[in-house]
Amino acid sequence: MMDDPGSQASGQQAHPAFLAHHFQSTAQQFHAGKLGMWIFLVTEILLFGGLFCAYAVYRANHPEIFVYAHRYLDKTLGAVNTAVLILSSLTMAWGVHCAQRDQRRGLILCLGLTLLCASVFLGIKYVEYRHKWKEGLLWASRYRPVAEAGHGAGGQEPTGTVPEGPRNVGIFFSIYFLMTGLHAVHVLAGMGAITWVMARAARRHFGSHYFGPVDYVGLYWHLVDMIWIYLFPLLYLIH
Amino acid sequence: MNDHPASSTPSNPSEPAPAHVVSVRVLVTVFVALMGLTALTLLAAQVDLGQANLLAALGIATVKAALVALYFMHLRYDHPFYALVFVTALLFVALFLSLTLLDTIQYQPDMLPGG
Repeated sequence: MMDDPGSQASGQQAHPAFLAHHFQSTAQQFHAGKLGMWIFLVTEILLFGGLFCAYAVYRANHPEIFVYAHRYLDKTLGAVNTAVLILSSLTMAWGVHCAQRDQRRGLILCLGLTLLCASVFLGIKYVEYRHKWKEGLLWASRYRPVAEAGHGAGGQEPTGTVPEGPRNVGIFFSIYFLMTGLHAVHVLAGMGAITWVMARAARRHFGSHYFGPVDYVGLYWHLVDMIWIYLFPLLYLIH
Repeated sequence: MNDHPASSTPSNPSEPAPAHVVSVRVLVTVFVALMGLTALTLLAAQVDLGQANLLAALGIATVKAALVALYFMHLRYDHPFYALVFVTALLFVALFLSLTLLDTIQYQPDMLPGG
């Protein structure tokens, strides 16, 4: 852990406050941390890669399921969430910029805006999930769409009333909930990390001499954004 | 690498600032481009292009992801080794996806219906 949070450096000649003793220079420390974060991002890409692979296999074999089921997703909410997440990426990158320029207030403001966007994203996600829960649009065999009002008897089965879908539509929702759910977990983790960086920024830890943690959390946050950039067209905009 | 030592800190003068500062103008431009591409992908989904719909969606998403990686994640300004790490991950995902797809497309026609 880092010692002496208050002062930026104990003296001109001395060891910088945030330089861990096993690094020779702040630059070496920065690059080591950054490489560590990139390697972590590689494992994240491979983790999501497994789910993208499941998606590709099912869509290649059963395109009709995807064409049929994606109509249950709200394109508008998905598009708004895409915009919100891209905005949060901008504020995060802006925050890193502020840290590098010694703008502490700007950094805290940017991180706060990023957290706000993340909360809006999860709020919209909650609205979407709740709607699907109510409509019975769940994973695998839990997929039992409730017939819409006005489409005849409100039975539990889609027979007759709802336009009959292909078999195994539940597979689409299994993939949907796994991919968006794992993504949402990553958003939550990112919010935790951003809160941590914000608390440290409030204690004046960061500046042009030391901003590694802001940068690393930013990299993670952008990766989460990047994954959503693929999830949105793949799940919501199927043709 | 133009203006990093602008705000010099009292601490440790021997250390240069270890990273490039991306200007706010570049960040906002990238943001506007990302929003424009999001609108474009929505528009493209309205038009029936057959197989090309998927390609268009993935192509636009890839351009967006590249913008995020190059500017928001600083890959354009950083040491290329970080980009190498990133591209290696993408390469392995591509291998994973393509080999699995080759395999499943190979045996899918032999599957029993409803099996």
